[in-house]
Amino acid sequence: MTAQQFLALAPILSLSLTVIVLMTQTSIRRNPHLAWWITAVGLLITLWCAEYASGFTQQVTPLFKVDLWGLWFSALLVFAALVSLMLARDAFPAEGHRKEEFYLLLLLATLGAVVLAQACHIASLLLGMELMGIALYAMIAFPKDGSLPLEAAIKYLVLSACASAMLLFGFALVYAATGDLSYAGIGAKVGAAYVQNPVLVMTGSAMVLAGVSFKLSLAPFHMWTPDVYQGAPTTVTSFLATLSKGAMFIALTRFVIDGQLYHYPALLNALAALAMASMLIGNWLALRQTQIKRLLAYSSTAHIGYLLVILISLPQLAEGSQLAPLGRAAVSYYLAAYIVTTLAALSVVHMIGGEDDTDLDAYRGLFWRHPVQAATLSVAMLSLAGIPLTAGFIAKFYVIALSYDAQLWWLLGTLVVGSAIGIYYYLRVIFSMASAAQVTSSAGESQRGWRNPLAILLLLMVLGLGTLPQAFIDLASQF
Amino acid sequence: MAMISLVLILLVGGVIAALSERLSSNAPRWVALATIALTLGYLLAVMATMDDLQRLQASTPSDPATWLMHFKSPWIPAFGINLEMALDGISLLMVLLTLFLGAVAVSASWTDVDQHQGFFEANLLWTLAGVLGVFMAVDLLLFFVFWEVMLIPMYFMIAIWGHENRAYAAMKFFIFTQASGLLMLVATLGLVAAHREATGVFSFSYFDLLHTPMSETTAHWLMLGFFIAFVVKLPGFPFHTWLPDAHTQAPTAGSVILAGILLKTGAYGLIRFAVPLFPTAAIEFAPIALFLGVAGILYGAVLAFAQTDFKRLVAYSSVSHMGFILLGVYALNELALQGALMQMIAHGFSTAALFMIAGALQERLHSRDMRQMGGLWQAMPRMGAVAMFFVVASLGLPGLGNFVAEFLVLLGVFQVDRWIAVIAALGLITGAVYSLMLMQRAFHGEPNPRFENLQLNDFGAREMFTMAAMIVALVALGLYPQPILDTTQSSVLGLVEWIAQGVAQ
Repeated sequence: MTAQQFLALAPILSLSLTVIVLMTQTSIRRNPHLAWWITAVGLLITLWCAEYASGFTQQVTPLFKVDLWGLWFSALLVFAALVSLMLARDAFPAEGHRKEEFYLLLLLATLGAVVLAQACHIASLLLGMELMGIALYAMIAFPKDGSLPLEAAIKYLVLSACASAMLLFGFALVYAATGDLSYAGIGAKVGAAYVQNPVLVMTGSAMVLAGVSFKLSLAPFHMWTPDVYQGAPTTVTSFLATLSKGAMFIALTRFVIDGQLYHYPALLNALAALAMASMLIGNWLALRQTQIKRLLAYSSTAHIGYLLVILISLPQLAEGSQLAPLGRAAVSYYLAAYIVTTLAALSVVHMIGGEDDTDLDAYRGLFWRHPVQAATLSVAMLSLAGIPLTAGFIAKFYVIALSYDAQLWWLLGTLVVGSAIGIYYYLRVIFSMASAAQVTSSAGESQRGWRNPLAILLLLMVLGLGTLPQAFIDLASQF
Repeated sequence: MAMISLVLILLVGGVIAALSERLSSNAPRWVALATIALTLGYLLAVMATMDDLQRLQASTPSDPATWLMHFKSPWIPAFGINLEMALDGISLLMVLLTLFLGAVAVSASWTDVDQHQGFFEANLLWTLAGVLGVFMAVDLLLFFVFWEVMLIPMYFMIAIWGHENRAYAAMKFFIFTQASGLLMLVATLGLVAAHREATGVFSFSYFDLLHTPMSETTAHWLMLGFFIAFVVKLPGFPFHTWLPDAHTQAPTAGSVILAGILLKTGAYGLIRFAVPLFPTAAIEFAPIALFLGVAGILYGAVLAFAQTDFKRLVAYSSVSHMGFILLGVYALNELALQGALMQMIAHGFSTAALFMIAGALQERLHSRDMRQMGGLWQAMPRMGAVAMFFVVASLGLPGLGNFVAEFLVLLGVFQVDRWIAVIAALGLITGAVYSLMLMQRAFHGEPNPRFENLQLNDFGAREMFTMAAMIVALVALGLYPQPILDTTQSSVLGLVEWIAQGVAQ
């Protein structure tokens, strides 16, 4: 490896280095505050590294393809990790918790996510996925008290391990058929391999697809999501909802684009079926939820469904449409909008409910008790519903424009129906906050000085992405 | 720039109103009134400095230079989206109506809203800002943004300050308009895609999209997307079911805004977008639209007759009156279009006043049920007289604005399809039946014994002043409608010519 190649890997290296520094510091003398600052500074340096590495884009070993797109996503993921870290600062009671370990796990999971975003090979894909997954099991089970986190962690462990095994086995079958492990190689050879050995390729890809769908909680592989969202501490939920899903989706997108997998209609049809099922089932099941984290879990299923529509519309666009360059920008924008909005929503949930998921009733009268937090949650809900002037609207605008151009009428119709259903449950949250308060006690609501600034920052980001998208589009189009 | 300032003044005024609640509970109301007055004054000042008001004499929809005002500045160049706004005679009238009824709504909220006054007046002003944007935007995406955004403060008004069943009503209102709005968004993007394929230019501008060559099927489907969105908002039969709930549950000021202004955005959308963008498809579709209009007139009237709730009755009467607007637009000739525009204004005044009376009754009797009323004229003669005036205005008494409007519409429709006109004219009779029944049940007859324990205050100075303003407006519209007709004439003529041209091609 040359020095240039090391520089290209700067974000991954800086994260690994932070892990080592933090581990050393903790083994010398435990100090949660210092540990928090080390983590925060490490993540900030990683952000800078992502910018710095953009001067050295290249293929680094067969495992990583460092390009502007991957670096941009890495920066996005690290930003999400930073917000989760801020939420984690006062997440657990001081006694009985070794918070240094939590920060360590958070860093490891972030490292896994960044690896996923830059992988171009099955080996690095699995490496990143497992690094992230194993750190997440521990993070979910981190709270000492209560049975919910433990239950959630075990559920996630068992099901996620099954999915990983399925994915691994699927890749093994594909490898047996094609003899290649890089995204581009598989994409190039799988067509010929299918002619020779259809059963092997079909079984293999179906298993891979099932594994990926599980990690993305696409319907019908979404069953674990609400329980894990609800059981996990809110900081971890925000991590799971943004980083883990975002990184997995980026990996899937890169696989599809690098491998030019969109030349295979069977795959596109399967993705379309998953997208339609997710949009309908996700929105439908969210309707009757009264716990906001469960509601967000189902809503995320629906949103990943919308995201898939972009992916499906890419091939039709590849052939000469004017919108073709927009395809990648659309993925960048949608993911950024989704991540920022989800973080905004969950940061308010964290402040109201602390570690427990509270019923929607706890949000009654929030507008008059904590106007800033209520405004942030309202805007986040409107953004998820896709109302103009919020990030979610431009995101939906992209999806509708692309699917109209690609003439995916069924998906477009499902999207409209799904969004119409979705408005109902997003509005219910806002309605709760606007209605008169039943209880005056605000026992679970801890008030910290930085909470409102964080809420305002996320609020402004959601509104900024929605009202002045041009700046973001310019930024994203460079990648 | 002037047009953006109008919207901005209202937005900023809303923020000030919300903050001013700390001073006193009356402060937000005065701030709201002052903001509306300032907006109106600014608009009039800008109009006064314009030396080319004669543009009202000649206006072509496709040429922004012939409009009164036109403003364009880039917003999202990547998609060809601009902050483009323009004002012609039709928009001008609608903007004036909005500001006038906005002030009426503030007056209606004076004693009705007794908690969180600041946030209420803020929502009211923000709704007005959104509506002004809708009436002035000529970039289709900007129009859509205003169209959706004005719903959110309206949703809050119903959801927070509404009556007993507010959660259901607010949700239904929002979902109906939002879901139909999504259809409009898809249709807008389809239109833009068609324009891009034909010309290679990415543009959302109304003036570009007017010249979009497309196949008949495409035009038909896209037109349908716009039509459904606007007819849900209007509301036309069979998409009217959200309206009685929303109107009944909204606080008085909310009902005034909903009935007086928000419904008109649907009619405006039909006139401005659904018809001129797809002239051929609109003409082919006209028979169905005319049928829906007549069905709405009669069905609304029959349902209005069956109501016992004062506000629900007025709400169903709106469905009936909106049927006339649908008829007027899709008769596609000058007379009928002028009638539709006149109906938009006259209905705005008469219904806003009736809702204010309903609100005043609810405040005093704590009920909207007409079976619990009766003989109120004796207790409150001023309110009775005012109610009498607006009831006969609403049923179309000659000499008042509503008569001029409905007469023009019927005259225009008669030229197109005389049977439709004959059936629609039945609406005038049914209108008289339910309107007089309302008057009789609430204000005439023996006083209800229930009132003995209640303190029934007649209309005070504030209420009488508001009502007097609307009475004067309706009488003026009825006796001398010419200035209104002159203001819109060039736009209407331009539109009719545009459709004729579009069909000739």
